[in-house]
Amino acid sequence: MVALTTASWQLQRSKRRLRRIANRVAFGFAVFVIVSPAILVFLWMLSLSFKPEIENIAYPPIFIPEHPTLANFARVFEASPFGRYLVNSLIVTGSATLLAIAVGVPAGYGIAKAKAYRLAVLVLIARITPNLSYLIPLFIVFQMLGLTGTLWPMVITHLVITVPIVVWVMIGFFETLHPDLEEAALIDGATLWQAFRYIALPLSRPGVVVAAILAFIFSWNNFIFGVVLAGRETRTLPVAVYNVLTFEQISWGPLAAAALLVTLPVLILTVVIQREIVGGLAAGGVKGG
Amino acid sequence: MATWATLPGSKAGAHGFGSFWLRLARLVGPGQRRPYVLFVLPALAIIAAVIIFPWFFTLFMSVHDWKITQSRSFVGLDNYAQLFGDERFQWALLRTLYYTLLAVLAPLILGTLAALVFHRKFPLRGFLRGVFILPMMATPVAVALVWTMMFHPQLGVLNYLLSLVGIPPQLWVFDPGTVIPSLVLVETWQWTPLVMLIVLGGLAALPTEPYEAAQLDGASAWQTFWRITFPMVLPFLMVAAIIRTIDAVKAFDIIFVISQGGPGTASETLNIFLYLQAFAFYNIGYASAVVVVFFALIIALSLALLYVRQRSKWSP
Repeated sequence: MVALTTASWQLQRSKRRLRRIANRVAFGFAVFVIVSPAILVFLWMLSLSFKPEIENIAYPPIFIPEHPTLANFARVFEASPFGRYLVNSLIVTGSATLLAIAVGVPAGYGIAKAKAYRLAVLVLIARITPNLSYLIPLFIVFQMLGLTGTLWPMVITHLVITVPIVVWVMIGFFETLHPDLEEAALIDGATLWQAFRYIALPLSRPGVVVAAILAFIFSWNNFIFGVVLAGRETRTLPVAVYNVLTFEQISWGPLAAAALLVTLPVLILTVVIQREIVGGLAAGGVKGG
Repeated sequence: MATWATLPGSKAGAHGFGSFWLRLARLVGPGQRRPYVLFVLPALAIIAAVIIFPWFFTLFMSVHDWKITQSRSFVGLDNYAQLFGDERFQWALLRTLYYTLLAVLAPLILGTLAALVFHRKFPLRGFLRGVFILPMMATPVAVALVWTMMFHPQLGVLNYLLSLVGIPPQLWVFDPGTVIPSLVLVETWQWTPLVMLIVLGGLAALPTEPYEAAQLDGASAWQTFWRITFPMVLPFLMVAAIIRTIDAVKAFDIIFVISQGGPGTASETLNIFLYLQAFAFYNIGYASAVVVVFFALIIALSLALLYVRQRSKWSP
């Protein structure tokens, strides 16, 4: 009688353990299924960019390069003034991001402190509007002002992306910042600007960094403004990759290499601020359109 | 942290505010103690120039017959009348709705599943979550080019993968019948992470008591999901649905790079139609009318979803 219960108890225990292992394997499989499409596309991009053309158009496809080569990257720089386009991208995205930080951080502070949420809604509507709808009127204005052919139109239109992102992120950040220190400073006779400059701003550095990185990424990725506004000399990288490399009948290797070069800075930045993105900033979909 | 989606509704309810102009006047007014207007003014000037001005200029252009490099003339609502009789526009509208429906549902379902997985603790979770969100941050043009190569009917890796499980090769974006689902596949790959993040935020905020009670009552995992988890994350799912709808209606980069609206006009959505009218045919006035209708459509869709969200809100 006693022996019987012990045996059935042992049987039950091993059954339970077996089920736990099966659960764990199934869960691991689920994680694998969910994450692999995300990573495989980038690995395929990597693979294409390091393989000679013969391996790239082989069927069945060759996944791991048999004769890895850097020739595709060299070809990218030969086939187009890629360095020039890199500089363009840095100028456009850099200026648009810096300007947005300069005006957006104080604005976020002002809106959060004065609770001017109608202004916040305005920023929200700006995010909803299709980018092309800004482009048509601005395109006409740039033509009238004779700015076409310079980088100015690009910098100005990229503000459409960066300013709302920075303002929005900073409103959220300053709302969570405890007001005690600033109020103490105000009572001691500091001006509003001093309270912002010497107390709130230093405390908000993590928020500013995240806002800057998000603004940078979405401006860097932007394609639609460049397609319309950029001339041969003023292309940014996404436009260059699309225009130069697709229309000149270039082969897969260099195309993948160029694509990789364009998106690599973004991928690195994403991994760096992964925690902040997950931690809530993206919870409402901070995205540049 | 305030977010795009939660701030206007919840904060407006919590604090209440007067009209926009009253608020601005209070910001500007001479008698007030805290002149925060100076903080907001530079940003407001930029927003007025690059965001608000274009809205009104678009309205102005939409009632003119306006071609680039040619003179313009006032035509009233003719552009709008022409628009609603334009079969190409009607098809673009239908295609946009079809594309949007698929590009909202697929990421919503997959993103919820992914969130349920990432809600559990497991080794390397943080790193894998970082990898999982790479598609939504990567440069769209770059990934679109790689997908174009993957879609290649003869040499593409997708048909090879299908052949491994015995499915005959597909034409993907080269067939009018499958081009939109194929593009939605890319869009889903790209934006499922965003839905995952939103739902994950919802799961993290759930109370634990209902789960303890369910466990005591011996509920199955399936029952627990449908009776407890699903109703409680529903508001977050609606937020995700609103954001996805807005983004799917506006989709441009992926479609423009991979199919250019083709084959023929089989994937010409509203945004591609708009681009062609404005910058291929230079019908600025007509394109502006498209923008106005387009904008109205986006607002209408978001309001409809917002309404559903208010009605479905879980209350304790």
